[in-house]
Amino acid sequence: MKDNKKTYWKGLEQLTNDPEFVKRSEKEFPEYLPIAEKNEEGGSSRRDFLKMMGFGIAAASLAACEAPVRKAIPYLNKPVDVDPGVPNYYASTYANGGDYCSIVVKTREGRPIKIEGNKLSKITKGGVSAQVEASVLSLYDKERLQGPLANGKKISWEDLDKEIIKELDAIASRGGQIRIVSNTVLSPTTKAAIAELNNKYGKLEHVVYDPQSSYGMVLANEKSFGKAVIPSYDFSKAEVIVGVGADFLGTWLSPVEFTKQYSKTRKVSKKKPEMSRHFQFESNLSLTGSNADYRTTIKPSQEGQLVAALYNLIAKKAGAPAMSAGKGLKVDNLEKAAKELWANRGKGLVVASSNDEAVQMTVNAINNLLGNYGSTIDLNLPVNYRQGDDKAMAKFVKDLQAGRVQGVIFFNSNPVYDYKDGAAIGKALSKVKLTIATNDRMDETTSLVKYVAPDHHFLESWNDAEPKPGHYSLSQPSITPLFKTRQAGESFLAWAGNKTEFYSYLNNRWKSDHFPQQSKQSSFDTFWKQSLYDGVFEVPVKENAVFAFAGNLSGAASAINKNYKTNNSGVEVILYQKVGIGSGNQANNPWLQEMPDPITKATWDNYLTVSQSWANENGIKVIEENTVLANVTVGNQSFKVPVIVQPGQADGTVGLALGYGRTKAGKVANGVGVNVYPLANEVNGTVNYTITSGVKIEATTEAHTVARTQTHETYMERHNVIQETVLSEYKKDPKAGLDQMMIATSQGTKKATAISLWKGHKQSYNNHHWMMAIDMNACTGCGACTVACQVENNVPVVGRDEVINRREMHWIRIDRYYSSDAAPEDLQGLEVASKNPEVTFQPVMCQQCNNAPCETVCPVAATTHSTEGLNMMAYNRCIGTRYCANNCPYKVRRFNWFKYFENDKFDKNTPMNNDLGRMVLNPDVVVRSRGVMEKCTFCVQRIQYGKLSAKKEGRRPTDEDINTACAQACPADAIVFGDVLNPESKVAKIMKEEEEGRAYAMLEELNVSPNVYYLRKVRNKDTQKNKA
Amino acid sequence: MQVSSPVREPLVTGGRTIKNVTDDVCRRVEEKPSKSWFLAFTVSFGILLVGGYAVWMTLWDGIGMWGLNKTIGWAWDITNFVWWVGIGHAGTLISAVLLLFRQKWRTSINRAAEAMTIFAVICAALFPVLHMGRPWLGFYWALPLPNTFGSLWVNFNSPLLWDVFAISTYFSVSLVFWYIGLVPDFATIRDRAKGVSKLIYGMLSLGWSGSAKAWQRYETVSLVLAGLATPLVLSVHTIVSFDFATSVIPGWHTTIFPPYFVAGAIFSGFAMVLTLMLVTRKVYKLEDYITLTHIELMNIIILLTGSIVGVAYTTEFFMAWYSGVEAEQYAFINRAFGPYWWAYWSMMTCNVISPQLFWFKRIRRSLVLTFILSIVVNIGMWFERFVIIVTSLHRDWVPSSWAMFSPTVYDMGVYLFSFGLFFTLFFLFAKFFPVVNMAEVKSVLKSTSGNIKE
Repeated sequence: MKDNKKTYWKGLEQLTNDPEFVKRSEKEFPEYLPIAEKNEEGGSSRRDFLKMMGFGIAAASLAACEAPVRKAIPYLNKPVDVDPGVPNYYASTYANGGDYCSIVVKTREGRPIKIEGNKLSKITKGGVSAQVEASVLSLYDKERLQGPLANGKKISWEDLDKEIIKELDAIASRGGQIRIVSNTVLSPTTKAAIAELNNKYGKLEHVVYDPQSSYGMVLANEKSFGKAVIPSYDFSKAEVIVGVGADFLGTWLSPVEFTKQYSKTRKVSKKKPEMSRHFQFESNLSLTGSNADYRTTIKPSQEGQLVAALYNLIAKKAGAPAMSAGKGLKVDNLEKAAKELWANRGKGLVVASSNDEAVQMTVNAINNLLGNYGSTIDLNLPVNYRQGDDKAMAKFVKDLQAGRVQGVIFFNSNPVYDYKDGAAIGKALSKVKLTIATNDRMDETTSLVKYVAPDHHFLESWNDAEPKPGHYSLSQPSITPLFKTRQAGESFLAWAGNKTEFYSYLNNRWKSDHFPQQSKQSSFDTFWKQSLYDGVFEVPVKENAVFAFAGNLSGAASAINKNYKTNNSGVEVILYQKVGIGSGNQANNPWLQEMPDPITKATWDNYLTVSQSWANENGIKVIEENTVLANVTVGNQSFKVPVIVQPGQADGTVGLALGYGRTKAGKVANGVGVNVYPLANEVNGTVNYTITSGVKIEATTEAHTVARTQTHETYMERHNVIQETVLSEYKKDPKAGLDQMMIATSQGTKKATAISLWKGHKQSYNNHHWMMAIDMNACTGCGACTVACQVENNVPVVGRDEVINRREMHWIRIDRYYSSDAAPEDLQGLEVASKNPEVTFQPVMCQQCNNAPCETVCPVAATTHSTEGLNMMAYNRCIGTRYCANNCPYKVRRFNWFKYFENDKFDKNTPMNNDLGRMVLNPDVVVRSRGVMEKCTFCVQRIQYGKLSAKKEGRRPTDEDINTACAQACPADAIVFGDVLNPESKVAKIMKEEEEGRAYAMLEELNVSPNVYYLRKVRNKDTQKNKA
Repeated sequence: MQVSSPVREPLVTGGRTIKNVTDDVCRRVEEKPSKSWFLAFTVSFGILLVGGYAVWMTLWDGIGMWGLNKTIGWAWDITNFVWWVGIGHAGTLISAVLLLFRQKWRTSINRAAEAMTIFAVICAALFPVLHMGRPWLGFYWALPLPNTFGSLWVNFNSPLLWDVFAISTYFSVSLVFWYIGLVPDFATIRDRAKGVSKLIYGMLSLGWSGSAKAWQRYETVSLVLAGLATPLVLSVHTIVSFDFATSVIPGWHTTIFPPYFVAGAIFSGFAMVLTLMLVTRKVYKLEDYITLTHIELMNIIILLTGSIVGVAYTTEFFMAWYSGVEAEQYAFINRAFGPYWWAYWSMMTCNVISPQLFWFKRIRRSLVLTFILSIVVNIGMWFERFVIIVTSLHRDWVPSSWAMFSPTVYDMGVYLFSFGLFFTLFFLFAKFFPVVNMAEVKSVLKSTSGNIKE
C-alpha cells in the first residue's frame, strides 16, 4: 500500500490556520451548543424544533386515527363539592299537585340521577312511590318546553313579562276577571306569590281542582265538624281497618304515608303475633283491596247504602238512632266488620273514597261513634293534599263559557285533558283575551293558550311545601335549569311587579315565618342550612281541639237514598287511577308506562276490567294477553277499549283507568289508551268518578293485545313457591303454613336440602354474605321497587310490542297470584282464579343462589360466584346462549334481545335514546349491549361503594352504608337487605328470628340454596280461607 | 374358495358387472347436469337465499327477531339443532357400525348417507352459532383457546361446551371417514376424465395408485376410523341430551335422556336417509344398487328405534309420577293436555304409532309408503325436540313467568335456510361426487352365487 500523503482539511479555516479555529480545535465539542429553550433573538432553538417536530408528527399521526367524539366537557374550575365518581345527596321535595313526598336526590357530577326517600320526614318516613322514583326522568324529558313562548313563537322573558303585564293591566283597568287555575298547591310561598298577583290585579281568583277530587270530604268535614279540611289518618294505630272503595295503599290521598303506617300493623313476629284486620268493600280489585283480609265486592251504586248500613249496625250497638238509609242491603262481612269495629273502639278506622259529601258524612259519623277521632283520625292536623274545590271549578267553567273571564293563567294544570268538562274549557278558551300557561310541555291545555311561561322541573327549583300544618318541606335545585324556564312563582312575582328572585322570596318568608317557630338554631343562616340539609322542618302542632259531630245525618240519609240503590240492575263504570300513571300528568314517562300495574300486570294501556261472569256471558275467552275490544257507550260518548277479565271485579261493574289517552304529552304517552276523564259526572255538587246508569258495553270480535308481564293468574297450589297461613294458626305455631318437600333415604326421611353433590360456596364467605329477607305480609305489591331498580340499574324500557313478546327487562318483578277454588288435583281448574280471590304478592329478583344453576351451564364462565354470596354477571364475557336463563328456576334473567340504546326502533326508551334522556343513566352501572344476559346484582355497585366508604373510615360497613335500591324504595319496609355475617344487621336478626318461623326459601327442594328468603304471608282471617 | 349361499339374497340385482358399476356411477358425474337437477338445485339455492335473509336480519338486528322471550330462551333454534344432529347420526352409523358388524348391504348406501350426515351436521352447527346473542365473539370464546383474558377460560362444567367438543369431533371424524372412502372413487373418475376435470379429480384423489398396498392401507384406515366413529355415534347425542339432562327444569332433568336421544337420533337419521335415497334411487336409476332389501332392512331399524323411543316416552311419564315431584308431574301432564297438546300428540302419532306400521312386510317393502312414513318420522322427531324444549320451558317452576312461544317468520326463515343449505350441498354432492361407493359395491357384486348359476 502506498502511503497516502494527501492532506484533507476540515475546512477553509484549517487551511488558513484561522486563530479562532485553532483555539476551538483542541476541544472535542464546540463551546456553544444552542441547547437553551430560546436563543437570545427569541427564535426557535434546535431543541424546540425537535420538540415541535416530534409533537407535529405525533399529532398528525394521532389525528389520522379516528378518535370518537365525546361530548364530555371537563370542569374549568371544579366545584368544591363535586368529585367525579362521588355522588352528592340533596334533600328536596316531590310535589306533584297534591301528591307529596319528602325526598333525597342523588346527583352525580351535577346531574340528578336517582330519587330516594327522606327518612327525616315524619310523613313519608323514607318511603317513595313508583311515581316519585320515576319523576327524575321527567326532568330530562326532551319534550319539555325550552323557553317562553308567545303565540307559539319564541320570546324573551323580558318581552313576555312586558306583554303579559300590559295585558293584565288592561284587563284590570277594565275591571275584568282573571283566574289562576291549578291543581292543589302545596307550596305556601307560591301561594304567597299568587296572593301578590291578586293584590295587584284585584279581581283575580285562584281556582283549584284536582284530577281526582276529594272535595266531598272537605264538605263533609265542614258540615260534620265545622272544619273544611281533610283530616290526617294514622293507620298504624288502627287495629280494624274498613275501606270503602278507598285505595289508600295505591292512589288515595297519600299512599306512601299510609303504606308506611299500614305495613307496621301488618308485620308479625314471634314477639308480636298480632296484626290489624282489614276489611275492604270495593268494586274494582284495587291494590288496597288485594291486601285486605276480608274483601267484599259491591257496586258503586251501593256505596252510600253500604256506609249507611254500617252506620246503622254500629249505631245499634252504640244505642244511637239509626239512619233511614241502608235498609235491605245484604253484603258479606259487613256485620262482621261492624262487630269488630265496635269491639276495637278507638282503635279502628273507616275510610271511604267517595267524593259524595253525604257518604263521607256518614263515614265521619261512624268514626265518631267509634271514638276514632283523636286516635286514628286527627282533625287538628288536616292534610293539604287535596285542596280542589269542585264548585269553584264548575263555576269557572260556566264563567268561561259565558265570557265573564278575561284572563286565565293555567298554573301547571291541564284541565282540558284531566277535567270532566275539559272539552268545554278548550272551546271556551278562544273567548278569553289573555291565556297563559306555566305547564312544562305543549300539552292539551298549553297548546290552546297565547303565552307559555314554562315552569322549572321541581328538581331545578327552590320551593317549599306544607303537606300538613307544622310540616314544612324544602325543595332545592339539584341541577341548574336545563332550559330557559322560570319558576312559576317567580313569574307570578314578576307579573305582580315584584322583582325579587324566588329564592330570596322563599328565604325571606322562612326567615320571618319559620325561623321564629324554633329555638334550636340561633342564627337564621344555620337554621336555613339545617332545614335545607334535613329537607324538612317540623314543628309540633299545639292545637288539641275536640270536635263534636254535628252533621245532619237525616239529610245525608235522604241524599243517599236518592243517589244510591241497594240493587241497581245496569252496568256501572268505575273510573280509577292506576298506581303507575296516576292522573296522567307524568304519562310521558316511559318508566311509568312500562311499570306493570300491580293488579293486572298490564303496561302501556288502559282497559276495561270486567268480571269473570260478564266475560262468560259474552263468550270472551282471554288467552294469554290476547283479548278483544269492547264498545263502551256512556250517554253520547262512545269508544272502544280492550277487555281484561279481572277476578274480584264486582259483577255488573267495569273499571276503566284515568290518565291515558293523552294527545299532546309527548311521543311516549300520545295515543296510549283512551281518555276517560270526560265520563266523570257530578253527584250532589261534587265530581263523581262512577257512572251508574246509561252505560252500555258490548263485546266486539275485534282482537286486541294488552301488554301484560304476567298472564298466569294462579300459583297452581305450588307451596314451594307461595306459602301462607292465617293468624290463628300462626299464633299456635310460628311455622304454620310450612310446606317442605322431604326425601326418603336409607337413614329415614330427610329435608330435600340435606343431601347434596355440591360442596357449595358458603365456606368461602368469610367477609360478607349478602342476603335478603322479604316480608310477604308487609309487601303491598305497589311496584315502587320495580321502578327504583330500573332507575338505579339502567334497565331499558322495551315498549309495548316487546312486552307483548314477553321481553320486559325489569330486574325485580312482583308476582301477583290469585287463589283458585279448584281442588289441588284439578290442574285445569287451578288455572282459573276465584271469583273474589285472595291475592298474594311476591317480589322476585335474582335469588343469588349459593348453588346457582345458571353458573354451571354457561359455556364461557360469564356468570360466576363471588366470595360474598353474589351470583355475578360479566356482561363483557357473555356470548348470549341464554342457557343460564333457561336453567334459572326463578326466571329472573333478562336477555338483551335487541340493542335498546341509540336505536330508533326503541325511541320510547328515552333514557337511552336521546342525549338529554341519557343524563339520567347511573354512571356506576354499564348499559348492556345487545345479545348479553343481565339480571339483578343485589346493586353490587352500591355494595362496593359502601364497602369502600367504610374502609376509608377504617370500619366495617353497616346497614347504613349499603342498601339495595329496591329495599330502600320500599314504602312498606318489606324488603330487608344486609350482611348476614354481621350479627348487628337487620337481615341477620330477621334470619335468626324467623329461621324457625316464617322464613322459607322459594323452591327450596331444588337445593340451589337461594340467598333471598321470604317471610310467609299471614292473613288475619278466622279460618284457613275458602281453600284455594 | 368360492363362498356363496343359495339362500343369500343378492346385494346388487340386475346382474351388474364391475364395468356396469363404474359406468352407472361415473356417468352421473361425467354427463351434463340434467334439467331436473338444475331445477332441484335452483329451488334449493333459492330457499337458501330466502332463508339467508332471515339469517342476515337475525345477525343484524338481534335474536329478538325470533319469537323467544324471557321464559323460553330456546325454541326453534335448539329444536333445529338437535333435529339436524339427530339426522346426522345415520351416516356414521351405517358406515361405521355396520362396517364393524360386516353388514355388506351398507356399501351401496353408505356414501350418500355419510354425505347426508356431514351436511346435516353443518346445518346443525349453524344453530348453536346463530342462536348466540353475540356470535361474533361466541364462536371462538367457546373454544379453549389461549387468550388475553388472564385466567378466564371456558367453563368445563357446561354441557354447551361439551357440545362444542362433541359436534366438532363428530364432524371431523365423519368428514375424514367420508373422504377416505371417496379417494378410490375419485381416482376412478380421474382415470376416465380429461382436461380440467382430470386435474381436479386427480387432486381430489390424492394420487391414488390402486396398488395392493394402497388398498390394504385404505381398508386399515377405514377400520380404524370406523372404530373411532362408532363410540361417537353414541356419544354425540348423549352429550346433546346432557344440555337438558343436567339442568333443573322439569321435563329436562331426566337421566333417561342419553339412550332415548341416541335411539331417537338413529330413528330420524334412518328416516332421512330413506327420504333421500328413495329420490336418488329413482332419479339416478340406482334400483339395482339400492334394492328393496335395503329399504326393508332400514325400515326394520326404524321400527326398532321407533319402539325404543315409544318406550322412553312412556318411561318418562312413569318416572314423573314415581318421582313425587309436583312440578315434574305437571310438566308431563302439561305436555299431553296443556296448551301445547297438539305438539305432543303430533309427536306421539308420528314417532310411536306410525312406525308400528312397519310390522307389515308389505308396508316395509312399499316405496310410496316408506317415503311418506320417512317424512312423517322426521316431522315427529322435530316435534319431539320442540315438545322437550318449549313445553318444558314454557311452564316450569314459577307460574308467574309461564308464557307461550310463537315463532316469527324469522324463526321459520332460519329453519328454511338450513334446508336450503342442506339440499344445495346435497345436490352439489349428487352431481359432482360418486353417489355410490363404487369400490366397495364392486366387492359385494359376487356376494351371491345366484348369478353364477344362471
